Amino acid sequence: MRKIFGYVGKYKIYAILTPITVALEVLLEILIPFFMANIIDIGVKNGDMVYIAKTGGIMIAMALLALFFGAISGKYSAVASAGLAKNLRSALFKKMQSFSFSNINNFNTASLITRLTTDIASTQHAFMMIIRMLVRSPVMLIGATYMAIKINATLAIIFLIAIPVLGISLMTIAIKAYPRFGVMLKKYDKMNLAIQENLIAIRVVKSFVRGKYEEEKFEFSADDVRKAQVRAEKLIILNNPIMQIVMYTCMICISYFGANMIIAGNMHQGQLMSFISYVTQILTSLMMISMASVMLVMSRASITRINEVLDEEIDIKDDNASENNDVKDGSIEFENVNFSYKKGKNLVLKDINLKINHGETVAIIGGTGSAKTTLVQLIPRLYDADCGSIKIGGIDVKDYKKETLRKNVSMVLQKNVLFSGTILENLKWGDKNATEEEIISVCKDAQAHDFITSFPDGYNTMLGQGGVNVSGGQKQRLCIARALLKKPKILILDDSTSAVDTETDKKIRTAFKKNKDITVIIIAQRISSVIDADKIIVLDDGKINAVGTHETLLSENEIYQEIYSLQNNQV
Amino acid sequence: MPPMRRNMSPVRKPKDTKKTILRILKYMSKYKLHIVFVLIGIIFSSIATIAGNYLLKPIINNLTTNSDIKEILKPISMMVVFYSLGVIGNYLYARLMLKISTGTLLKIRTDLFKNMEKLPIKHFDTHTHGELMSRFTSDIDTLREMLSNGIPNLFSSSITIVGVFFAMLFLSPILTSLIILMLFVMLFVIKTIGKKSAIYFKEQQKNNGILNGYVEEMTEGIKVVKIFNRENEVIDKFETLNENLCKSATNANICANILMPIMGNLSYMNYAITAGVGGFLVINKMLDIGTIASFLQYTRSFSQPITQISQQFNSILNALAGAERIFEMIDTEKEVDEGNVTLVYAKETNGILEESKTHTGTWAWKVPTQDSFKLVKLLGDVRFNNVTFGYNDDKIVLKNVSLYAKPGQKIAFVGSTGAGKTTITNLLNRFYDIKDGEITYDGIDIKQIKKDALRASLSMVLQDTHLFTGTVRDNIRYGKLDATDEEVENAARLANAHSFIMHLPDGYDTLLTADGSNLSQGQRQLIAIARAAVANPPVLILDEATSSIDTRTEKLIEKGMNTLMKGRTVFVIAHRLSTVRNSDAIMVLENGEIIERGDHDELLKQQGKYYKLYTGMFELS
Repeated sequence: MRKIFGYVGKYKIYAILTPITVALEVLLEILIPFFMANIIDIGVKNGDMVYIAKTGGIMIAMALLALFFGAISGKYSAVASAGLAKNLRSALFKKMQSFSFSNINNFNTASLITRLTTDIASTQHAFMMIIRMLVRSPVMLIGATYMAIKINATLAIIFLIAIPVLGISLMTIAIKAYPRFGVMLKKYDKMNLAIQENLIAIRVVKSFVRGKYEEEKFEFSADDVRKAQVRAEKLIILNNPIMQIVMYTCMICISYFGANMIIAGNMHQGQLMSFISYVTQILTSLMMISMASVMLVMSRASITRINEVLDEEIDIKDDNASENNDVKDGSIEFENVNFSYKKGKNLVLKDINLKINHGETVAIIGGTGSAKTTLVQLIPRLYDADCGSIKIGGIDVKDYKKETLRKNVSMVLQKNVLFSGTILENLKWGDKNATEEEIISVCKDAQAHDFITSFPDGYNTMLGQGGVNVSGGQKQRLCIARALLKKPKILILDDSTSAVDTETDKKIRTAFKKNKDITVIIIAQRISSVIDADKIIVLDDGKINAVGTHETLLSENEIYQEIYSLQNNQV
Repeated sequence: MPPMRRNMSPVRKPKDTKKTILRILKYMSKYKLHIVFVLIGIIFSSIATIAGNYLLKPIINNLTTNSDIKEILKPISMMVVFYSLGVIGNYLYARLMLKISTGTLLKIRTDLFKNMEKLPIKHFDTHTHGELMSRFTSDIDTLREMLSNGIPNLFSSSITIVGVFFAMLFLSPILTSLIILMLFVMLFVIKTIGKKSAIYFKEQQKNNGILNGYVEEMTEGIKVVKIFNRENEVIDKFETLNENLCKSATNANICANILMPIMGNLSYMNYAITAGVGGFLVINKMLDIGTIASFLQYTRSFSQPITQISQQFNSILNALAGAERIFEMIDTEKEVDEGNVTLVYAKETNGILEESKTHTGTWAWKVPTQDSFKLVKLLGDVRFNNVTFGYNDDKIVLKNVSLYAKPGQKIAFVGSTGAGKTTITNLLNRFYDIKDGEITYDGIDIKQIKKDALRASLSMVLQDTHLFTGTVRDNIRYGKLDATDEEVENAARLANAHSFIMHLPDGYDTLLTADGSNLSQGQRQLIAIARAAVANPPVLILDEATSSIDTRTEKLIEKGMNTLMKGRTVFVIAHRLSTVRNSDAIMVLENGEIIERGDHDELLKQQGKYYKLYTGMFELS
């Protein structure tokens, strides 16, 4: 928790001023009943109008001053907590941007988004509680108790009993209720998950006629939530009555014992009246402390989740990199490479040895799960190999700065993403300074120019989030154009033309061919896409099964023959 | 304090407050007696505070040196009685309210869910999941908050304000008039801050939405960001948005934070004024000290409920608006079902069909006739006669489509996205109703068949495979709830899913989470095929069912698929032409019309669109 709050940064001054102003406000509030007692016991008793006017004036001034401090503390706490939230969000977002692919895989995107939104909001709230409530209440508790003792130490003994009794009861309730709320939340999430599944899979539910079945299941789980909620909250609702019992008992005892003291001449009426004011102050502050601590405990889960991201160790670093290393050419060499997503477990790539020359077009083919994507992801160092080395342009990928490496290795992912904005803006991700000619030229190569210009707004057509308003094939071609604009030495296409028809697919490949200065790696399902590659690599279960041209593989390789015959027989 | 998500959305006012409140009350009508006791409890609890403070007056007044302690025993014992009643009342109302609010919510929630299950598919097309989901989450949460806290607080605060006001008036009209003066100041403060706060909260909400949208998009696309080295640009834009949010959040929180201290200290001001002016009055014999004592307590307990009401008011309006949305969804028109033909098990002896109570493997349509009914054997003969359909009235998706599938035939649909392939199957199971024409099933117009019966006779495997949280076994069994373990495993074998299932950590008892995301897309499709297989229906619809399975695996399950399809009428939609090649008839759809039909060889001979697709000269989008 302390670590997180360190992020308050330049707002620290406000975070410090808040409790100070809160404390000042509370002290003034505590003093007011004391002066009231003087009005009664001195002013009224002696019939001293001037004294009453003076003291009354002081009290009003104190209330105004308290109001001022209170408002200031409210403002400062808002500034400090919003500032903390801002800094935390920024730190979290920057950290995420520095994540490697395997770091990203450790969290799923939905959970990263929750951490950046809901979890930060609840941390912000908790921080505000701490700098306001958790200062206010203890100061009030101690201050008011001190005043009570000062007025009449004997009578204050009542508080000595009441405070621990109330404190322990409230704490016991909080401790007992906390796990019950945990149970409730879990059931609540489970119920919501069921609703969500039903929403997404409504067609399945309807086509299997399972409406009744789902309703029964839901009713059961909703009732489970209700029971859990009652079980948890029936403890919490004890807070108020217990608080009242203690408070009322105090009032009655103070009235009774106070009365006896007044009769005996050991106390004044005004003092008794101020004493009663302190009862409320002391006991409500106890109540506040217990409520605030419960909320704090609950926000701990959020803080833990934020810390998980901040503490995540980035596993791909530029430690070995040399500033001067530049990618000379597009040759690639794999030497005895093994790879697993979880170090040491389930090798996904086994003993890969491979040499690709500069300017070659290489195709990779193989069934689902044969680790085609994994293999190419090692080239721009999206993951690091377990052992062995990968060299590009004769230099180990670990010796390049990531930025240099990725500038020269362009990759079109299987799961393409376009961002909201115009087509032009999206293309410029490849090179923000690209000229119009350059952009049109790569779009022509990617066979995207024609359909782009067919849109009314041409290159300025707005794309929705995720590129929803273009077809799958168009999206793939835009992504290829974007990757080409980077003018890379190596271009990797991971099943990037699956939604493009064979003829266009061929045109794209022909366009690549005329550029001899770029190494192209194509992962494909279709034989037609790989047929004219310089080299075809057949992957099977994480191992290289064969390397060759279409002709040699067709005559020698069993897997290739099988794929070929399947596709050629049928398509 | 229940750990619920804080709802910071700006106030949305309900359209018809009265109607919504009445509707909520109707849901609570089961708890009439409880509510009466809740009211009594609240009244007791408020009276206890008021009376307790009032009793300070006789206590203080009877206290001077040498007076008798017996004088004050009476007011003190009255205090004990009132306070005890107050505590009992407080607990009673809180406990009963918990029961009422959770019970009412359960009822509303279940109604909402039940109705959701019965909504027409069209409703899910026109509303996002997030939107529908928020009915169940944020709207129900705010309603819950209102029922368990908002309303009781509002009620008890009002009673306290009124009670305290009259008590004060009774004690001293002069002091009361001073308090009223301050009350106007308080109301003015609440109004001013409230107005500003509404503006700032709206702004915060807006900036929050923009930032969250950006975060979402960049997180989804984080891998692309990395590949293009765009981290710094992305961070820069984020910082700008973050700064904006911080500014508006600060302003909004300032408004929220300063209200309490200002109101609290204004009430101390009341306290000070009461003490001072009270002192004057006592000296001038216009008031006694005991009255001041009571009055001082009242000044404190007067401002607190006012602050509370001002804070509760917006959230109550918000909750009512949410409740209105919930009721709107409950009232949304359900799928209409005017059919009266049902599906029954049947036994055939000497060519005569008879209804059977037990599972026979044979089904029959039970068609009501004028005075009795007749049984029609379920065969799977499906015909479309001049069917025209559009999702909206202004856009026709299918034009005058006619086709037939004889029992046991395999019919395939080929065409671009949007050509109307999926629409045809959606019409058959009546997810949507046709505009014109007729669809018959074994000679019966499907409009006459009860939807449940119709859908039970069809089994679908969809492109987006949706699995449910639960074990693999549960998911397959979804097709037939009373299937034995053996039936489940046989179905899995048929779909070629058995071997990979056995490789999962717990085999068939492996728990699938979050829409089966721990399986590959291909594996999930295999489970979906097994799920359809266990249902064992006479008609099967495969909508891109094998799209995520690579050609080699598809080859492996082909045998299973062939067994599954044998003897059934099958409708196949596929992008991959290898899947549809051996169909009895292939329909090529374009713009809602069947432009070519025939079997594979015939279509190739025609050298039309199918031929172009087959030879890769044309792209399916």
